[in-house]
Amino acid sequence: MSTQSRTTTRPGEPGPGVGPSGEALGPDRAKARSGPRSSLRQRTELTILLGPALVLFVGFVLVPIAVAVYYSIYKWNGFGPLKDVVGFGNYRRALTDTVFLHSIIHNVIIAGLSLLIQLPLSIGIALLLNRKIRGRTFLRLVVFAPYVLSSAVTAVMWSLMLQPGGFIDHLSKAVGIGAHTWLADIHIVLYTIFVVASWQYMGFGIVLLLAGLQGIPSELREAAALDGATAWQTTRMVILPLLGPTIRIWIFLSMIGSLQLFDLPWIMTGGGPANASSTMSTYLIDKGFHSYEFGYGSAVAVILFVICFVFALLYQRFALRRDTQGALTRMVR
Amino acid sequence: MTSRTTRSLAQRSLKGRQLAAISVVAVAALGLAACSSGKSNAGSSGTPTSGGSSSTTASASQPAPSGSSAGGDLNGGKPVTLTWWHNANTDPGKSAFQKVAADFHAAHPNVTINVQPFQNEDIKTKIPIALQGTPPDIFQQWGGGALAQQIQSGKIADITQFTQSWIGDLGKGAAGWAVDGKQYGVPYDYHVVGFWYRTDLFQKAGISDPPATLDDLLSDITKLKAAGITPIALGGKDKWPDAFYWENFILKECPQDTIVSSLNAKKLSDPCFVKAGDDLKKLIDAKPFNSGFLSTSAQQGAGSSAGLLANGKAAMELQGDWEMAVIPPLTSDKQVASKMGFFPFPSVSGGQGTPGAALGGGDGFSCSTKAPDACAAFLQYLTSVPVETELIKANAITIPSNGKATDAIADPTLKKVLAYLQGVTYNQLYFDQYMTAAIGNAINDAVSNFIAGQGSSADLAGTVAKAASQ
Repeated sequence: MSTQSRTTTRPGEPGPGVGPSGEALGPDRAKARSGPRSSLRQRTELTILLGPALVLFVGFVLVPIAVAVYYSIYKWNGFGPLKDVVGFGNYRRALTDTVFLHSIIHNVIIAGLSLLIQLPLSIGIALLLNRKIRGRTFLRLVVFAPYVLSSAVTAVMWSLMLQPGGFIDHLSKAVGIGAHTWLADIHIVLYTIFVVASWQYMGFGIVLLLAGLQGIPSELREAAALDGATAWQTTRMVILPLLGPTIRIWIFLSMIGSLQLFDLPWIMTGGGPANASSTMSTYLIDKGFHSYEFGYGSAVAVILFVICFVFALLYQRFALRRDTQGALTRMVR
Repeated sequence: MTSRTTRSLAQRSLKGRQLAAISVVAVAALGLAACSSGKSNAGSSGTPTSGGSSSTTASASQPAPSGSSAGGDLNGGKPVTLTWWHNANTDPGKSAFQKVAADFHAAHPNVTINVQPFQNEDIKTKIPIALQGTPPDIFQQWGGGALAQQIQSGKIADITQFTQSWIGDLGKGAAGWAVDGKQYGVPYDYHVVGFWYRTDLFQKAGISDPPATLDDLLSDITKLKAAGITPIALGGKDKWPDAFYWENFILKECPQDTIVSSLNAKKLSDPCFVKAGDDLKKLIDAKPFNSGFLSTSAQQGAGSSAGLLANGKAAMELQGDWEMAVIPPLTSDKQVASKMGFFPFPSVSGGQGTPGAALGGGDGFSCSTKAPDACAAFLQYLTSVPVETELIKANAITIPSNGKATDAIADPTLKKVLAYLQGVTYNQLYFDQYMTAAIGNAINDAVSNFIAGQGSSADLAGTVAKAASQ
């Protein structure tokens, strides 16, 4: 994922797109237009390069989506034959279920907070770590380290620190906030989870932004300095605009991640207490697997998919269009 | 397995000899949707003629860990490998089950058992998926409404013909693993829920006798708080411990007939169900629970509700008999078992509950259709007196399904629990297991929300009908 992102961050360069289909189809189509030189060779190439990816993509992405859509029109507990057609009944039920609607809101809150808090923080830290400071490599390692841990480990570790009388309580008492039941208070729990998610995922974003920063030629910075620009002006007028493509990719990944947030709330709270930290994904797993409502769960999965897909399409169309010109925009259009 | 994990099936069984006398009770306690299934179950398990109907079980009828029987009859003598999924993924259960599988293979060389332990929450997710494809051949089964749903897959073997000669040894509780009179699984242990308490902390707070009524409990809570002790530990994150409270209050407020008929009709309309919610509210308002109980897990680590009890940081917890297996690993206190006491759920004034009613269940296994005779023979071996005796000694199970193996229980507190269980005339299966998974899950969610301060007692009682309509 990071290599893909890195290539797309080079402005103006028609690199491979994010989607598997876009990756291969863009250049190939262009080639096909230039006239068939050796159609057999081309076909072999296509088959070898495209085949495996296409099989995987169809088998593990398209088919499951189709199957989920099919299941979603049934009331089905996962065991008997599919016979109880309810049409859009499952969708209607999901969209009128306050728990599910609240779950969507929780996802949106997480996404919003990511934009407002994680992004500025990440850019700031990335700018700092891009300067020649002592122990830079070590600091970069430290920042990236949480991302290396699996979500399960992160969740269990934080659950232990956040439990009543735990490390965080000692810390918060020391700084005068006082002890709280961080995961048991329905007014706080979602924000607690956001903090943990930030701790885990910010490192990845920072590394992404650092890669983007390194793609900015130092000549530009020097030229700005020669023109008498202050450090702030250089950052504001030169660096940030050139970092734009990376930031847009960061936003894209962050939004999709926020909409699909599952592992941390699932392990830390199970979506509770009183559904205060439920997300679309925890809701879907709870209904599908714990309630044996596979038809309804599939409908929820389809809704989640549509939300993410529509967001991704719109974002590609309007925000990423310039960055990925020649690769994905053609497909999207 | 030692956890509630363990939970499952319905009525705990008493000894086999009590069978006939309580068939009426069996009807009510029966795990499944229809009363009629209960009746036929009680009938089949109540006729344990020694002959049996199937010659294929003969080779396994005298289980011997030493491997004295040839076992060539199972699966027609052809070699077969059975995959066994169980939830005893930590010791002592893990090693104990591994040994059972190895010993069975030694006695029946053509039957190889491939043991695959899973964490309890994992196995609950994996089984429904596996039943959509190729299921394991022996797998964890808690009976009740979920079993009735699972057999619709057509991939769970009806093992009635292989079990009828010996299922009677497991008492009427085994009927919870039957649907419409057909045996689809076999329990290896039984459970009952009650209050576990720290005798040392009760003493410290000046409480001489455990509470018998809700009013006693409330005044004890006051005493414990005055002594600076957290009265009750609650693992609210897992939700099912929450549901135990409401269900127990229902057993105190509503007579057996009302409960069973209401659950089967999927509509809790009797006012007694609302009263049970009011009782629970009374308890919640006394604020007896540990700090952060809404996000406390039941059994994981020292910070869990069981861990709090184990480390003397709370005085009571409403849990099943498995508590005695769950607690020791959670503390460095080697004497913890001697500090634990047990008392039944307190009664409520004016409650119409049937005397001798309790909440419980059990753990068992189902068979795939691959080699049901070999699987059933294995389950017979697993639930035989010598094997269950070993399992008890290894602390892998607490209360065996085989009544004759109960002599192996040595712990004095567990002996008390066993005596209590043997006096239970109506052991209602946990509601979430008794009902279909969707309704059961809705019940747990609703009680959990109620304890978090959301909804009224009437809303709570209405949960079942609402979930059933979806």
